[in-house]
Amino acid sequence: MRLRPPLGSPLQILLLACSFALAGYAGVRLLDGDWFEIALWFVGAAVLHDLVLLPLYAAADRALGAAAGRHVRYVRVPAGLSALLFLVWFPLITGRVEERYSSGTGLSPDGFLARWLLITAVLFGASAALFVLRLRRAAKERPPTVH
Amino acid sequence: MVRERFPRVYPAYGRGMKRSPFAPGFWRSPLRGPWLTSVLGVVLLGGITVLFVTGLVSYAAYNPDLSPVNDKTPDKGILGFYLFSWPTDPHWLYRLNQGVHVTLGITLIPVLLAKLWSVVPRLFTLPPARSLAHALERISLLLLVGGALFEFVTGVLNVQLDYIFPGSFYPLHFYGAWVFFAAFLAHVALKTPMALRNLRHMRESREEKDDLVSPDPAEPTVSRRGALWFVGGGSLLLFATSVGQNFDGLRWTALLAPHGPADPGDGPNGFQINKTAAYAGIRPADTTDEAWRLVVTGRTGTVRLSRAELLQLPLHSAALPIACVEGWSTSDQWWRGVRLRDLAALVGYDDSPDVLVESLQQRGAFRRAALRANQVADPRSLLALFVNGEELSPDHGHPARVIVPAAPGVLNTKWVARMTFGDL
Repeated sequence: MRLRPPLGSPLQILLLACSFALAGYAGVRLLDGDWFEIALWFVGAAVLHDLVLLPLYAAADRALGAAAGRHVRYVRVPAGLSALLFLVWFPLITGRVEERYSSGTGLSPDGFLARWLLITAVLFGASAALFVLRLRRAAKERPPTVH
Repeated sequence: MVRERFPRVYPAYGRGMKRSPFAPGFWRSPLRGPWLTSVLGVVLLGGITVLFVTGLVSYAAYNPDLSPVNDKTPDKGILGFYLFSWPTDPHWLYRLNQGVHVTLGITLIPVLLAKLWSVVPRLFTLPPARSLAHALERISLLLLVGGALFEFVTGVLNVQLDYIFPGSFYPLHFYGAWVFFAAFLAHVALKTPMALRNLRHMRESREEKDDLVSPDPAEPTVSRRGALWFVGGGSLLLFATSVGQNFDGLRWTALLAPHGPADPGDGPNGFQINKTAAYAGIRPADTTDEAWRLVVTGRTGTVRLSRAELLQLPLHSAALPIACVEGWSTSDQWWRGVRLRDLAALVGYDDSPDVLVESLQQRGAFRRAALRANQVADPRSLLALFVNGEELSPDHGHPARVIVPAAPGVLNTKWVARMTFGDL
């Protein structure tokens, strides 16, 4: 007797078959063009995220934790938020679309970098202020006895 | 802050095994678990459904089945099953729809990233497939994750005019959405019951038994609730720095959005521009009073009108916004010009037919655009000559532009040269 792989839930197989049929119908239309590059973008997005972006920010967070110890969140939160803004708006912040942006919209392409840096400064500033505030409150609440 | 630790049974992996992401002990964050994943999943279930529906509605707003010039995805087949005649009421309909689509999409980015982070250990499962059903599910997850990222990336790049994706935005984003949604539907059907059960029966602090829970958790540096606040804070920050690009009064708050935080100019013509005259390739010589003529064709033949002759026709006003597919808009501007239905009457149509509008512009995917009879018939639909009490500036379409209530920005053709009335 040959060894056959188990089937799993037939309902799940049926459901996924329906899903693949619809995905296939749209997929052949999606790939109508430079199919290789489009497929590369589609699969590459998942691969880049799972195998590059995620390990990178996890490693950065670990390094931060090793450096900042138990107060890590006062650095992690502003750094994470700033990185998030950069991830979303990097074409404008880095100025890589400067020419098309200004000639198309009539708006100034300058200022995105400055505003991102300012927001970053405010985030770190607020975090530092909170840190100092909590430190002082903790010092006040600590009983004045010496051991 | 530190959660109560429960004694755990540690699996007998060798030290070397923990270096491999396929080893359960490799993933050590104490945050991962069914509760966190379920919360994020339910938020995305609601949010992505809204994104998909507003996306479909936006496609319908182009009236793609009216004329090939409006349709950037003519091979859509049954994917256009739901199309309907786009209404002109309420006049802010497209502005709302597209503002929600883009602003919500930007706001959901941290939630999507957190959700993917929360389930990443499952990518590294051994054996790769336990059964045929499991193998199919994992292929479906590639479409789900790849599709979600593809949609978010193409959308975010497109609103910043960074056209590095492989092809035209419209077919990529439209067909990509359907591929994604097919996988999303299956995922929702397979996972929602469990997610809801997790949320109903599970308190955050209760011990969880699940493959997402690390068998060897590191010391927590933040609670699960704290992590959710962090994700929510990221969403709030993105929202607060981009939603203002939909309101003239709040534009200054859109610090990082493409159409914030300032207007391109001052005065009546100072509001936001999609494409400038220079960018669209308008030659100033073609728009002078001497050179420019509006060519109107219809049942009774062709009429050529100079700007001075247009000014002799009855002029009407309408307060309407400019709303772009890129998810920015202006507040209502006060337009003044000739009603489209009056121009139709000029060439023999007492009942308004469809119209094909052609622009002087040499570049742009919508140099030609079609409007449906209901849009032509609306008394607020104008061939505008003035805005906010002044002549149109070159960047807003001088000598004349179309403005139609609730229509996507690109269908409000600027620098109009020719209008052909008749059933399309």
